[in-house]
Amino acid sequence: MWILVLIIVIYGLYKGNNIYDDFIEGAKESFGVILNLFPTLLGMILSINILVGSGLLNYIFNFVKISLIPMEVIPLMLLRPISGSSSLALLSNILSIVGPDSFTGVLASTMMGSTDTTIYILTVYFGSVGIKKTRYALFNGLLADLFSFIISFIVVTLLYNCFF
Amino acid sequence: MINLIFGIFIIAGILFSIFNGTSYNISNEILKSASDTFDIIKGLFPLMALWLGIMNIAHKSGLLEKLSNILRPVLSFLFPDIPKGHKSLEYISSNMIMNMFGLGNAATPMGIKAMESMKELSNSDEASDSMITFLILNTTGFTIIPTTIISYRMLYHSTNPSAIIPICIISSFISLTIGIIINMIIRRIYRCGS
Repeated sequence: MWILVLIIVIYGLYKGNNIYDDFIEGAKESFGVILNLFPTLLGMILSINILVGSGLLNYIFNFVKISLIPMEVIPLMLLRPISGSSSLALLSNILSIVGPDSFTGVLASTMMGSTDTTIYILTVYFGSVGIKKTRYALFNGLLADLFSFIISFIVVTLLYNCFF
Repeated sequence: MINLIFGIFIIAGILFSIFNGTSYNISNEILKSASDTFDIIKGLFPLMALWLGIMNIAHKSGLLEKLSNILRPVLSFLFPDIPKGHKSLEYISSNMIMNMFGLGNAATPMGIKAMESMKELSNSDEASDSMITFLILNTTGFTIIPTTIISYRMLYHSTNPSAIIPICIISSFISLTIGIIINMIIRRIYRCGS
């Protein structure tokens, strides 16, 4: 990270810019971004807290049974796009039970690593610039997540013995 | 869409908690959402100011433009709607590079700047095709070094915590490719429908 900062500062000076003024100007923009972001984020977290806190998702997990993939990762797949902190807590829980080097542990880690908190990213990126009509964005994002999970499963199944 | 999800999450959550007998917990969750949001903002705000400041130096000196020139073939394929040399391409490329190296807190401000300049192009409150493509690039999360996951694996005494790196790279690269293909298919279907 320090290399990045060093290169940027040296290059800026080399071009003869007022780099301190540029820095201040850029940093100032964060106020506007945060101002737009706070209400959007608050709304999203309110609804997600209620949903996760009610235990509805846990109730659903009891009915979802897919024999092909390990049971432990199903709640992770459902929670991953919704909440970063909850899914990280879940990953931690899975790793502590099955062990980080077991097939399920590696699968859960890979699933976490090859996806991101889709709904959070959507809220932050669209909310902070005032995009109200998201069109097919959410559907597209969630479908891409589903495929990422399937691909993680295939890749881990094929490569588990090579690396562990 | 967002309005509907917001409503469904709240109504489904509250109704279920009544049925489940955990409604006492819901009031706490409602109040907690305010402080949870503040915690996120508190973490995000200073880092965002920091990176927007540093990256503005890179933007003004033309360094970001150079970066986006390197990625130009990829970018013009992914974002055909954005005119060549537009500043949003600079921000998109810096966001992509920072994501790859796991600099999440630097990538987010750049992503927001990218969205901002793409909004200037479309000039409406509707998400453009380029914006959605960019969102998919971020949500499929192509990372070379998944730092958080490695640290969790260390925490639970993995014999080789970083052995996850090659598997993650392969898996997330394929996911990214599939994500882009899905994006193109859905975009086409959506255009036909409307």
